[in-house]
Amino acid sequence: MQLDELNELATKVQQAQQACDHVVRVCMAASCQSSGAAAVLESLRSKTGDCQHVCVHGAGCMGLCAAGPLVEVSQRGRAETVLYQHVTADDADDLLAHLGGPVIQRLHCPTDIPFFARQQKIVLENSGIIDPEQIDHYIAAEGYQALVTALTEMSPAEVLREVDASGLRGRGGGGYPAALKWATVAKMPGEQKFVICNADEGDPGAFMDRAVLESDPHRVIEGMALAAYAVGASHGFVYVRAEYPLAIERLTTAIRQATKYGLLGSNICDTRFSFDIEIRLGAGAFVCGEETALMASIEGGRGQPRPRPPYPAQSGLWGYPTLINNVETLANIPPILRRGGAWFATIGTEKSKGTKVFALAGRICNTGLIEVPMGITLRDIVFTIGGGVPDAARFKAVQTGGPSGGCLPEQFLDLPVDYDTLRQVGSIMGSGGMIVMDQTSSMVDVARYFMEFCMDESCGKCIPCRAGTHQMHELLAKIARGQGTCRDLALLEELCEVVSAMSLCGLGQTAPNPVLSTLRHFREEYLVKLQDRDTAAAPVDAPETAS
Amino acid sequence: MALQLAKPAPPDDDKRWKMIEVTMRRNGYASHALIETLHRVQGLFGYLDEPAMHFVADSLGLPLSKVYGVSTFYHLFSLKPQGRHTCVICTGTACYIKGAGELIEGIRSHYGIELGQTTPDLELSAIGARCIGACGLAPAAVVDGEVLGKLTVERLIAKIEEVKRHAT
Repeated sequence: MQLDELNELATKVQQAQQACDHVVRVCMAASCQSSGAAAVLESLRSKTGDCQHVCVHGAGCMGLCAAGPLVEVSQRGRAETVLYQHVTADDADDLLAHLGGPVIQRLHCPTDIPFFARQQKIVLENSGIIDPEQIDHYIAAEGYQALVTALTEMSPAEVLREVDASGLRGRGGGGYPAALKWATVAKMPGEQKFVICNADEGDPGAFMDRAVLESDPHRVIEGMALAAYAVGASHGFVYVRAEYPLAIERLTTAIRQATKYGLLGSNICDTRFSFDIEIRLGAGAFVCGEETALMASIEGGRGQPRPRPPYPAQSGLWGYPTLINNVETLANIPPILRRGGAWFATIGTEKSKGTKVFALAGRICNTGLIEVPMGITLRDIVFTIGGGVPDAARFKAVQTGGPSGGCLPEQFLDLPVDYDTLRQVGSIMGSGGMIVMDQTSSMVDVARYFMEFCMDESCGKCIPCRAGTHQMHELLAKIARGQGTCRDLALLEELCEVVSAMSLCGLGQTAPNPVLSTLRHFREEYLVKLQDRDTAAAPVDAPETAS
Repeated sequence: MALQLAKPAPPDDDKRWKMIEVTMRRNGYASHALIETLHRVQGLFGYLDEPAMHFVADSLGLPLSKVYGVSTFYHLFSLKPQGRHTCVICTGTACYIKGAGELIEGIRSHYGIELGQTTPDLELSAIGARCIGACGLAPAAVVDGEVLGKLTVERLIAKIEEVKRHAT
C-alpha cells in the first residue's frame, strides 16, 4: 500500500462515516462488557438494522469504567457528543428515539466534569471513538500514515531522530529513554534482530495496557513496525498475558487485517522492509514482565531472569539484539512520527515528556482510565479528576507502581507526577496503576499484601529474593497479628536492605519498596502493633532520627 | 535443530491429541512452542497429566524435566483435574482494598475449599487471580468465564449455584 492509496482509503471511510446522521458508540472494553455492554450493542443493532442514518458500532474504553456500560452519541455536523451511563439493553428504544432530540436526563453523564476536561489524550486519542475490530476506522483516524510515510520518505536514522527529539521515556516503569534503547539495538551488527512488545501487565491494579490493546490495537502494531524499521528488525513478538482474552482476540484480528492490507508482511509499501508479528501468551508469572525473564518465556522455558549485562539490546532473544518496549511506549510512537518529536516534547515536564495513562482504582469515586500530561499533581489526579474518596471517608494514601512502588500520604499530594519526583519520595511511576486508600486500610496489612504477592511470584532463582521475601512476609504477618516485637521490626528493616541490594532482578530489588515506603510515612502504624512498644519503642526510633 | 525421529504415538486414541499435534506442527515442532502446546493441552483436557507431559516432551524433543519444570513454573497450568465449574477470584490490589478477602472467606465457609482447591465432588474449583484488570468493578470474580463486578458474598454464591443448576 502506498501513501496515496492509504489517503484515498481514509477519505472513503471518512465520507462513509459522515454519511451517517447519528453515530452511536457502545464501549466494548472489558469493564463495560462485564457490566452488560454486549447486550446493549446487540439490542441497538437489532433495532437499527440496515438503517442508513444511524451507525451503531462497538468502541474501545471510554475511560469512566465506574459508570459503565457507556454509550456515546454524536450527530453529523456537531462537535459535541452526548455520553450516557449505566445503559441497559432496555434503554435502546429510548436512546434511538431521542437521537437528535433532547438529552435523556436519567442516563446522561455530563462530560464537562474535570474527569474528562482535565485529560489530554495522545495514547488514548482513538480509544472509545474507533471500532478496534476494523482497520478502516483506524486508517480514517490517520492510522498507518506514520508508518507508510516513514517507510517511503524517511531513513531509519531519521525515525530514530524524531523519537530522540520527543524525549520519550519507557512507560513500563523504568523510565529509560526510548531513543537510547533503540539506538543501541540499531547500532548492533547482524541481520537478525527482534522487536518485542511487553504486554505482560502484571501489576495488580493496572489495566492501561489492556485498555490500549483492546481499544486501539493497530496503534501498537504501527508502533512496533516503526520501531522495527528504525532498529533493523524483521520479526516481532507481542508477549501478552493469557488473562486478557479480549485483548488477545482483538490483537489477533488486527494483525490479520494489517497483513491483508500489506502493512505487515514482506516488502511493506514495496520497500525492502519486511516485518511480521507473532503473539506469545504468558501463563501467569509476574516475573515475566522483567525483560530477560520475558525472553526466556518466549523461548519456551521457565520465565527466570538472567544477569545483565549483556542487555537484551546486545544479546536478547536467542542471542540476537532485541528491542523490548512496553505497550504504552510503542503506542506513543505513531503520533510522535506523525506530528514530530518537537511537538511531543512541548508536553509534560523538562525530564518527563508527554502524557501518562493511569488506571484509577480503590477508594475513589471515578474509577477508570485517564491520560494526563506529565507534571500534573497527585492532588489533581485523585481529587479533581478522580472525584476524591467516596462515602465522606478521609484520604489516607495513594499507592503507585504496584508491588514495586510505594504508598504516598497526603503531604505529598502536591508533588508533580514525573519519574524523578516520585522516586525521590520513595515510590515509582511504575506502569500506571494508582490505588487510593482511605482510613479503613491498615498500612501494615497493605505492606503484607504486597509482600505476599512478591513471595508467591518470586521465581526462586536467587536466594535473597526467594528466602528474603518469605522471611519478610512472616515478619509482616507477625506484626500485623500484633505479635511482633521491636527486634522483628529491626530485622525487617535489615532484610529490606539486603533483599533490595542483593537480588538479581527488578522483582527482588523493588520488593521491599512497599514496606520501606509505609515504614517511612506510616511508621506509627507499625509501632502501635508491636507487643513491647511501651518498653522498647525508643531504641527503634533512635537510629531513624540519627540517620 | 535435531533430526526429528519417529513421531511419538499419542497416549490413547482420543481425538483431542490430533488437535494438539496440529498446534505443534504449526510451530514446526520447535522447542520454543512448548508453552503454546501446554496451553493447548490444558485448554482441551483441563489439566496436564503425566501421559500428556510425556507426549509433549517426546514430540518436541525435550527432556521430561523441562516440560515438568515449565508446567509447574507458571500459575495457569494445573497438574490436577479442575472442577466442572470454576470461580476465579481476583486478588489484585483494588479488589483487596474493596473486600476480596470476604469473597474468599465466603467460598471457604460455603464450599469448604481454599483458593487453588477443588471440591471433592469435582463440581467447583476456586482459583485466585493476580489481577483480572477489572479494577473499576472491584471486588470482581469470574465464574465460568463471566466477569462479575462489585460483588458481595451472597451474589457470588448465588451465581455459582445458578451455573451449577444450569449444568445439571
